[in-house]
Amino acid sequence: MVDCGSWDWTIGKRAISDLGRVHDEYDEVHEWAASPDGERVAAPVLAAPDTFAIVVNQERWDGEFEKAWHLAFTPDGRLTALVRIDDEWTLAVDGEPWDERWEFAWNPIFNRDGSVIALQIKDNMEYSVAVNGVPWQRRFHSSRGLAVSRDAGRVAAVVQVNPLAEADTVGFFEGTWSLAVDDVPWDATFINAYGPTVSDDGAAVAAEVRLGICEYTLAENAIPWEQRYGCVWEPSYRNGSGRLVAPVRIGGSWTLAENGVPIWGGRFMQLWNQRLSSDGRRIAAVAAAGFGRWTVVVDDRPWRTSFDDLVRPPVFSPDGARVAAGVRRGGRWSFAVDDRVWPETFDMVWDPVFSPGGGTVAAKIERDGKYAVAIDGRPWSPWYDQLWDPTYSPDGTRMLIRGVEGGRFVRHVVGVADRFQA
Amino acid sequence: MADLEDRQVVDPGIDESIAGLTPDRIERTINRVLTEETGARLQAYLQTCVHCGLCAEACQSYISRDKDPDYAPVAKVKDTLWEMVKRKGKVDGEFLHNAARIAYIDCGACRRCSMYCPFGIDISYMIMTVRRILNLLGVVPQYLQDTTNSHAATMNQMWVQQDDWIDTLMWQEEDARSELAGARIPLDREGAEIMYSVIGPEPKILAQLIANMAIIFKVAGADWTMPSTDGWDNSNMAMYSGDFETMGRVERLHWERASELRVKRVVMGECGHAYRGAVYDGPRWLGWTKPPIPMVHAVEYYYELISSGRIRIARKIEEPVTVQDPCNIVRGRGLHDKLRYVVNAICADFRDMDPRYEHNYCCQAGGGLINCGPPWKRSRMKSNRVKADQIRDTGAHTVITPCHNCHSGIEDIIGFYKLGCHVSFISELLVKTIEMPDA
Amino acid sequence: MYELIRGPLLWIGFIGFFGGLLYRFVTMARLAKRERVVLPTFSARFGLRSLAHWLVPFGGANMRRRPAYTLLSWAFHIGVLVTPLFVMGHAVLWQEAWGFRWWSLPAGLADAMSLVVVGVCLFFIVRRLIRPEVRNVSYPSDFVLALVVMAPFLTGFIAHRQWLPYEPMIIIHGLSGVLGLLVLPWTRLVHMMWFVFTRAFMGSEFGAVRHSRDW
Repeated sequence: MVDCGSWDWTIGKRAISDLGRVHDEYDEVHEWAASPDGERVAAPVLAAPDTFAIVVNQERWDGEFEKAWHLAFTPDGRLTALVRIDDEWTLAVDGEPWDERWEFAWNPIFNRDGSVIALQIKDNMEYSVAVNGVPWQRRFHSSRGLAVSRDAGRVAAVVQVNPLAEADTVGFFEGTWSLAVDDVPWDATFINAYGPTVSDDGAAVAAEVRLGICEYTLAENAIPWEQRYGCVWEPSYRNGSGRLVAPVRIGGSWTLAENGVPIWGGRFMQLWNQRLSSDGRRIAAVAAAGFGRWTVVVDDRPWRTSFDDLVRPPVFSPDGARVAAGVRRGGRWSFAVDDRVWPETFDMVWDPVFSPGGGTVAAKIERDGKYAVAIDGRPWSPWYDQLWDPTYSPDGTRMLIRGVEGGRFVRHVVGVADRFQA
Repeated sequence: MADLEDRQVVDPGIDESIAGLTPDRIERTINRVLTEETGARLQAYLQTCVHCGLCAEACQSYISRDKDPDYAPVAKVKDTLWEMVKRKGKVDGEFLHNAARIAYIDCGACRRCSMYCPFGIDISYMIMTVRRILNLLGVVPQYLQDTTNSHAATMNQMWVQQDDWIDTLMWQEEDARSELAGARIPLDREGAEIMYSVIGPEPKILAQLIANMAIIFKVAGADWTMPSTDGWDNSNMAMYSGDFETMGRVERLHWERASELRVKRVVMGECGHAYRGAVYDGPRWLGWTKPPIPMVHAVEYYYELISSGRIRIARKIEEPVTVQDPCNIVRGRGLHDKLRYVVNAICADFRDMDPRYEHNYCCQAGGGLINCGPPWKRSRMKSNRVKADQIRDTGAHTVITPCHNCHSGIEDIIGFYKLGCHVSFISELLVKTIEMPDA
Repeated sequence: MYELIRGPLLWIGFIGFFGGLLYRFVTMARLAKRERVVLPTFSARFGLRSLAHWLVPFGGANMRRRPAYTLLSWAFHIGVLVTPLFVMGHAVLWQEAWGFRWWSLPAGLADAMSLVVVGVCLFFIVRRLIRPEVRNVSYPSDFVLALVVMAPFLTGFIAHRQWLPYEPMIIIHGLSGVLGLLVLPWTRLVHMMWFVFTRAFMGSEFGAVRHSRDW
C-alpha cells in the first residue's frame, strides 16, 4: 500500500509546474506522468534532434538519452523511465540509469512498497529478467509476462525453456514453456503458460498451463492440478488462506474453482477478472450471465443488473463489504456499485476508488474532452484538461486531486464533506 | 473428382497427425463436437438441405476448376460433415485426410455460398465445424498450426517477440518522422481516442505500413495510441484452425488492452479476417453480442477522414486501378460503398470488377487458406482462375486490397497467371496523395 | 376402403403431419436453448427482408442467373401448397368434415397446377441425373422423395380425368397423400418449416449484424 500518511494533506491548491512553459521550451513533449503524492509531474521531451531528456516539474534530469519512454512512479515515489544509451536499454531511477544495460529492456513492474523493480531484458538474442538492476543468471529463448509478489518481492516470469525450430508443430506440443521464479525455472514444461501470479508472501507461484490441444489447468509451484478443463483464466491467491482460485470452463460453461474444486454453484457463459477482498474472504468477478449480459458476481451471487457492452474488473472497498465497477451499457460509460447503477453516464470512466471507510466511491470521469472526479454518482470536482485518479487521505476526510488546469499541473487537497472549493 | 495433385500433397500436419490417431479417439471427438458443441443450428442445416446444388455457382473454386462437382459447396459438406454424421463418427484416416484438404484448403469460409442457397444455409459454418473437429484431433495443415501456435505462445500471428514489437514501432516512428516532422507512434497513451491495432505481419514484414499510418494520423490530427505489449494483434488464425480457445484468448487480450487504455474506439489496419475475429467470432465466443468497444476498419476510418475533410487529397493516382472487395468487410460489414468512395477520392481511373460488392469472389487466401503455406499454393491458384480473369478484364495496373489476406492472395494470383499488375494497400496510396502540412 | 381413407386414414395423416411438425419443432426448440449465440441475433426486420427477397421470384441474384429454374421451382411450390387446399374435390371433403364452404379452384386450373407439380418433379429428377453437381450429392432418397411428392398430384389428376378406373385411383391418391403428409416432418421435405428459420437467421446475420445483403 502506498503510504500516503506522510503526504501534505493541508487543504488548498498548489500549482506544481507550468506545463505550458515546458511545451513552449521543447519541440515535443510526450505523455505526462504524475507522482502519487502529486508533488511531481514528469514527461520525456525532445531536447535536440534524436535526443531525449526527462523534465520533472520544470527541471531537467542530468542525462540525455537516445530514447526515453514509459515513465512510471514507484509506489514509494521514485520516477523510473526506460532509456536508451549508446544503443542499449536500461532503467533510469530518479535520473540515475542502472549500471547494467541490455540489448532491450521493457515492462518494469514494482512490488507493493516499491523496493523491488523487475523488468524483462534481452541480451545477445536471449531473454531474462533483471531485478533492481541485477540480471538473472539464466537466459531463455523467450519470455513473456512477469509477476512480483506484493510483499516479499519474489519475481516470476513466463519463459520459453526449450528451443523451437521454425514450423515445428510437433515440438511445440511437447512443451517448450515454463515459469522461472527468482532465476530458477520450474522442472516441468507446458505447451503454454499464461497469467503468472505470486502469493503476497512469495511462498507460492501459480499460472495457467496448457497440457493438450484443448486441455488446460492451473499449476502451482510446478505441479498442475489434477483436474483438466476446456479452458481456464488467470488465477489469484486468497490472502489469509493462501488458496488459489481461478475461473475454469467445465462442459462449456464457466465457474470458479479453488485448488481444483468448483467453489461456486453458478455456471456462466463467461467468467474472468476475479478480485479478492483484502482479507481474501470475498471474491467478485466479471461474468456473462448470458449472451451479451455482463454483470458482476460477488461470492457466487450475480448482480441483477447487467450490461451489454462491458464490465471492468470489480473493485472492493477496503473492508471488503462493497463492490464497484466501471460499466458500459448502450455505448455509454457509468459505474455500478453494489448492484446499483449511477444514473449519469460519461464518455469514459476510470476505475473507482473507495474511501478508506468504504462509505463513498470516487472516480475519474470524462465528458466532452474534459475530466473530473465524480463521487457517488455525480461529477463533484471542476473539469480539468487532464486528470489522474483521485486519492483519499488516510482518514477519508480529504481528497488529493492531481490535474491540469490552464496549462498548469496542480495538486489540490479538498475536504470531501464540503462542497468543492475551487 | 478432386484434383489428383492436391490429393497427393504431403503435409505433415495432416498426414503424420492422422497416423497417430486411434479409431476410438476419432469417434469420440466427432461425436463430442456433434452433440456438445453444436445444436439446433447444425441440425436445422442438416435437415433442411435438399441437395439441390444451387450453391455450386457461388464458389470460385468450383467455377475455376471447370465446374468439377467435387468443389461445389454442398459437395464439400457431403464429403465431410454429412459422412461424419451418417457414420456416427466412425471414419478412418483416409477420410480425415480428404476432409482436412476440403475443410482447410478448398473452402475459405467466405460465405458467398450462403447468398446462393435458397434456404440461406451457412455452409461455411458447417465447414468450420469440420475444422473444429479436425483441430481437436490435431489434424491441421502444418503451417496453419504453426501460426495458431504463434498466437497461443505470443498472442500474435508471427512469433513477434515483445521487444521486437516495441523496437519496430520506434523504428517506424523514426521513419515516419523523416517523412513528416513531429509524426509519432504514441505507446500506451491512456485515454487516447483511438487504439490502432495491426496484425502480426505488419511489424514482421510490412513495417512501413505502420509508418504510413503514423503519417496519416498525424495529418489528420488524431489522438491515438498503440499498446506496447501483447494484445496489439487482432488477427486470428486460431479462429480458422478451429482452436477456439486460443482464438478467444487472443481476442480477450485485445479487448482488455483497449479497455485498459481507455480508448473510445479501436481503428484497425487493412485486414479482413482480423476484423472478423475481433468483431464477430471473438466476441461471440467470449459472450459479447458485439465488440465491447466500437471497432472501425481502416476503410471506414479513411472514409471518415476524407469525407469530413480532415485529410485532403492533393493529387490523384493516374494509372488504372481496381479494387478487391474483401469478404470479411464487404459481405461481412457492407463497407463496399465507403471503399469505393475512398478509392475514387484518391484514384482518377477506377475500374470495378464484375461481380462485385457482396458478390465478389474471395481471394482464396482468406479463411486461413494462405496460412496453410507453400504446399498448398498451387491448389489455391488453381481454385481461383476466375479471380485472375476478373482482374484481367478490368485492365487495371493496380489492384487495391484493403486486407492482408487479399493482398497476399491477389499478389500470388497476379504472379501465377502473369497478369503484370501489382497490389497495393490503401494506406500506401494515401501517403502518396494526401496533402501534407508544410509540403 | 375409400371411406377408410377419407375417414380415419386422413385423420392419421393430418395428425401425423401436424404432430410430427410439432414434435420436430419442440425438440429443435429444446436443442436451440444451447445455441446461446443464435437466438439473440435474430432480427425480425432483416429476417423478413431476406425472406421477402427469396420468396419473390428473381428477388435474389442466383434466381436471376437461372430464370427457367426459378419459374419452374416457384410454380412447383405454389402448386404443391395451393392445389391440395383448394382443389374442388378437397373442398367437398372440407365441407363434409367441418361443414364450412371453402373457395375452390376452377377444375381446369387445378388440373394444370397438378400437371405443373408432376412435370417439375420430373424435371427435378432429370436434373438430378444430368447435372453433375447435383448428381454428385444425390442419394436414392432424393429420388424417392421426388416421387412421393409427385404421386398424389399424378394420381389425383388421373382420378379426376378418370383415365383409369376412378375408385382404385382415388384410393391410391388418398394413400399417397397420407404417405406424403406422414413422411414430410421426418425427411428433407421438412425444409417447408425450417427454411423460414434458416433464411431469417441468415438474413439477420447479413442485415442486422454485418450490414450487408444476402441475395
